[in-house]
Amino acid sequence: MAGVSAAVLTGFAVVVAALLGLGAASAVAPRRIAALGSLGACGVGFVLALAYLLAGAAPATLAVPLGLPGSWMTLALDGLSGFFLLVLSAVGAAAAAAALEADADATAPFLPVLLGAMALTLLAGDAFALVLGLELTSLAAGALVLMRHNDSAALLHIGVALPGAACLIAALALLAGGAGGDFRFAAIRAHPPEGWPAVFVLVLALLGAGAKAGLVPLHGWLARLLVAAPMHVSALMSGAMTKVALYVLVRLLFDLSGPAQPGWWGAPLLVLGAAGAVLGALRANMADDIKAVLAGATVGSVGLIVIGLGLALAARGADLSTLAALALGGAMLTALAHGLFGSLLFLGAGAVHQGAGSRSLVRLGGLIHRMPVTTAAVLVGAASLAALPPSAGFAGQWMLFQAVLGGPRIDGFGLQTLVCVVAGLLALSAALSAAAAVRLLGVAFLGRPRSPRASAAEEAGQTMRTILIALAVASGLVGLFPGGVLSLAEPALRRLVSAGMADRAGLLAVAPQADLPGYSALGIALILALSAGLVVWLVRARAVPGHRFGPVWDGGFGPPPAWLPFGDPLTQYGGASFAQPLQRVLGAALLRARETVDMPSPGETRPARIAVAMEDPAERALFGPLAALRPRLVVLADRCWLPGIRRTLAVVFAVLVFLLTVVAIVEQF
Amino acid sequence: MGGHHGAFSLDVAHLLGGAVLVLSFGLLYQRRLGGLINAYAAQSCVLAAAAAWQGWVQSAPALVVTGLIVLGGAGVAIPVALHRIAGRLQFDRAVVTQPGIFPVMAAGVALVLLAVLLAAPAAAQALPREDLALALAVVLLGQLMMIVRPAAPAQLVGFLSLLSGLILGIVGVPGMRLAVELAVAVLVLAGAAVAGVYLLRIRARFEEVDAGRLERLGGAAQ
Amino acid sequence: MTTLLSLALLAVHLALLLTLAPVLAGIVRWTKSRLMGRVGAPVFQPWRDLQRLARKQPVLAENASWLFRGAPTIAFAATLAAAALVPGFALGMATAPLADLLAIAGLLALARCTLALAGLDTGTAVGGLGASREMSFAAFAEPAMLLVIFTLALLAGSTNLDAIAGALREGTAGPLFPLGLALLAMLAVAIAGNGRAPIDNRAALAETGMVHAALALAYSGRHLALIEATAALKLLLWLTLIAAIFLPFGTATPESGLLVWLLALPVWGLKLGGLAMALALFEAGVAGMRVFRVPELLGLAVLLGVLAAVLLAVWQGLA
Repeated sequence: MAGVSAAVLTGFAVVVAALLGLGAASAVAPRRIAALGSLGACGVGFVLALAYLLAGAAPATLAVPLGLPGSWMTLALDGLSGFFLLVLSAVGAAAAAAALEADADATAPFLPVLLGAMALTLLAGDAFALVLGLELTSLAAGALVLMRHNDSAALLHIGVALPGAACLIAALALLAGGAGGDFRFAAIRAHPPEGWPAVFVLVLALLGAGAKAGLVPLHGWLARLLVAAPMHVSALMSGAMTKVALYVLVRLLFDLSGPAQPGWWGAPLLVLGAAGAVLGALRANMADDIKAVLAGATVGSVGLIVIGLGLALAARGADLSTLAALALGGAMLTALAHGLFGSLLFLGAGAVHQGAGSRSLVRLGGLIHRMPVTTAAVLVGAASLAALPPSAGFAGQWMLFQAVLGGPRIDGFGLQTLVCVVAGLLALSAALSAAAAVRLLGVAFLGRPRSPRASAAEEAGQTMRTILIALAVASGLVGLFPGGVLSLAEPALRRLVSAGMADRAGLLAVAPQADLPGYSALGIALILALSAGLVVWLVRARAVPGHRFGPVWDGGFGPPPAWLPFGDPLTQYGGASFAQPLQRVLGAALLRARETVDMPSPGETRPARIAVAMEDPAERALFGPLAALRPRLVVLADRCWLPGIRRTLAVVFAVLVFLLTVVAIVEQF
Repeated sequence: MGGHHGAFSLDVAHLLGGAVLVLSFGLLYQRRLGGLINAYAAQSCVLAAAAAWQGWVQSAPALVVTGLIVLGGAGVAIPVALHRIAGRLQFDRAVVTQPGIFPVMAAGVALVLLAVLLAAPAAAQALPREDLALALAVVLLGQLMMIVRPAAPAQLVGFLSLLSGLILGIVGVPGMRLAVELAVAVLVLAGAAVAGVYLLRIRARFEEVDAGRLERLGGAAQ
Repeated sequence: MTTLLSLALLAVHLALLLTLAPVLAGIVRWTKSRLMGRVGAPVFQPWRDLQRLARKQPVLAENASWLFRGAPTIAFAATLAAAALVPGFALGMATAPLADLLAIAGLLALARCTLALAGLDTGTAVGGLGASREMSFAAFAEPAMLLVIFTLALLAGSTNLDAIAGALREGTAGPLFPLGLALLAMLAVAIAGNGRAPIDNRAALAETGMVHAALALAYSGRHLALIEATAALKLLLWLTLIAAIFLPFGTATPESGLLVWLLALPVWGLKLGGLAMALALFEAGVAGMRVFRVPELLGLAVLLGVLAAVLLAVWQGLA
């Protein structure tokens, strides 16, 4: 067993080195090899991860002669990193394959670097490797977007990622300080933090990993970055990068902080997760750009996963390890499911952009007739997003719901109330996601085309279609066999919450408790299929076969004039009109949505217009004070900045003294 | 202290007390004065049933009498009087719902949870804490109603439902002495409040019955 | 033997569902007409309508896609699958281990989303309006429903409907008051989900007031028959669900004696009839509601659900 683990770890180390080397090489070599090589590396990684998890996932470590002077960098592999490596390599393979289809431009070398950096983060066995991998990830992601000249999104990303990194480094420094300055995870694990340092670790980890995962209130950058990046990169970022950040959160809070932390640690995660789930799903309903819709859904899914993590922490603190395993298992299942269907939807959005020339709902419509395969694949992804049985999304959310329903077993009035409210918010987020999924499909793919370009849309190419179908099939399989996925997560669950799902999750059904009936995706699918067969048979028995076509009944509107070949565009519901009820009720309350109606006076020839303005409360609360701070900082900097070598020296000296002070304080712990 | 102390009778008592609480939410939900008064009448009738049920459970005929008095006074007489006053004094028939209904309701739910939390420590003294929590919640919701609804009729109904909460608390505690007298006293207070509105004819002095306006006037006088 | 019995139960249950659903819709319609002083169509009229429609060849809009053609079948199949999971006159059907309340809610959501997509497919204003309102109302109804499920799961220790119905039937459930709150919340959800007054009016003729009817406007022939049958089946499902949870007496189990088995069917019929009458009475008595007031009503249901769940959790914790 240990031999397998060591071999797999070595294999992964080679894969990471190959990916990073590929990035460097493809800067000079033909750029196509970047995508091809990444695809190969991800394929190898997928096989390695699967083999490792199936072989029982015995932990292994490997020292690499790199890193800080005087010490070797440690790589490590266990059930948790193995599971997330599986997610990463599956999503990465899809993204790399899609990169083959995309134009190989100057961003190509950064794709293998991004993949390698994420794999390095997951393989990290000490604080140095973790920070190195995570920062490389952020830089590669920023560079990918910066190269496309979307400076504001990239700068915002870097602007959030750097303070996030600072928080993570501080958290790791606190942990390492507790372990006598040893950066290796094994040493930190042996000396878990207690008391106030532990609370600081919680806060810093939430800030740091939350900023990188797009957890509310630090989610603004994620939405913009996902919209700005090329399609395969957004798929990778949405499907894998957010998951890597969540992995860091799990690693810090569940593993490195030790099992003895109190249950209230779950409360901030529950609050932030629920806020993210609702806010993300609501934003997905309000956006016009289909990638912005999917970005909102990504923020929402991060929120869902964090709810699961919070419940797992709370349950573990109350010694309810089976409940903790249920919650953590639900979070991991949701992570894998969203990795697959999130990247599927982003790639579908890319196919729409290429085939129909736009990503704006205002310009799309009727794509089902011109792009049937893409539509069918997106339909599968959207069903998952809407959490409809028997999709992968439903399986994950079912487990999260079950974990929430078990929440009141944790004592304490405050937590019980919180869990009840979170249950309602979880359902609200699910229903909002369903509305967003219907809106996305119904407006972009169904109905009449809203622009000539959309009416002449072209189906995606062979490669793209294959990727979409493969992702849809994989997503469907995860939905039908959630128990199989949970068996892959079993080693991680046993390691982190000292209970698994093996006694409750078989191939046929997943149950919240060992002796209770649960959810059987296969059974539901079977009943659904039998019902459909019965209905078809009942109807066929008496009906006249076939159908006729006639003009559309449009609520009494006359037939459209000849110069409007797709009918009057104004009589068709669009993205904004579909979202209006939600925008008026929830948008006004949560996103400060305001409608302004511009009504021309009689006789004027300009059309009446309705405009909606909204702003994210988190961005306002975060960036408002920062923006106000900027002029003051400029004045302060002006005052400090005087020409002359002495001033420059003084600044460097001050920084040095400050850093030394930090070191001295850390040494005290 | 009689013998009908089954789990079922306790459950029914909770159900009736809970119905009084739900009707308190019903009061907050109303946007019309007529509906408000009718909801209050319904609340009083359920309150009467709760009192009578307690009388049967505790084998205290006096409580049954209390229930009858509540039914006649708060369930019939006061609503009828309120309807007549509303017609006579030509109050605005629409209740001003600012802040909106949902935030007020959410605040109401929070108050109920607070009441539950407050009543929880009483468990040690073997008091029926659920009843106490429900009664306290009704009182709190009545106060909430008086605070968030600016018009005087709505405030009056809020005050009356607050008194209903008091009665609910009084009849819910087994073996409480002077229960009937206390309940009747509270009812008399309610009647006095209604009569006060009518007799003082606030409307005759001010153009409209708007307590917010009264406050502003009071502020100007100082 | 038990397997055979449970399969037979399921078959009888399904056959009853399919035949009773239009009749129940007819009963509600007839009672409502009588209450409003009209003669009312016979109780079996919905059945005749369905048969007449099913024989007709559908006329599709020119730009309708395969999704539009398949949607009625998928919606009906999802509703039927959900209905097959809800125990009617007897517990212990073959589908009992699958009868998870969350799965039932998910299947109903599947039917809802499918019909909403179909409403958007022809690109008409009315279809889009119906889809938008349907999904928006669901966004407020779902949290209320989940909180009801939460309350029931706290009472019975499981989200399996058969287990919940069994626990409530045995009377081992806890306090009545949270259950009453849950009932109120569930009634609001049921009214919204079935498009009944005051939220929706199925007989509406003006498009502006439509929700469910707007989604069916582009359908005809056997497709329309399926959609009408879906609506009737969904009403039956909800009434059965409410009866199974809140009127749990008189249901047979595999262990019951002969008398209970004999009485189970009539008792179920009586419950459904009573609920249908109550629904008609309620619908005849209330006025329609402005569309933008609906979230307020459903928000109230959500709050009642929160209250029910928290009170139950706290009181159970203290007991």
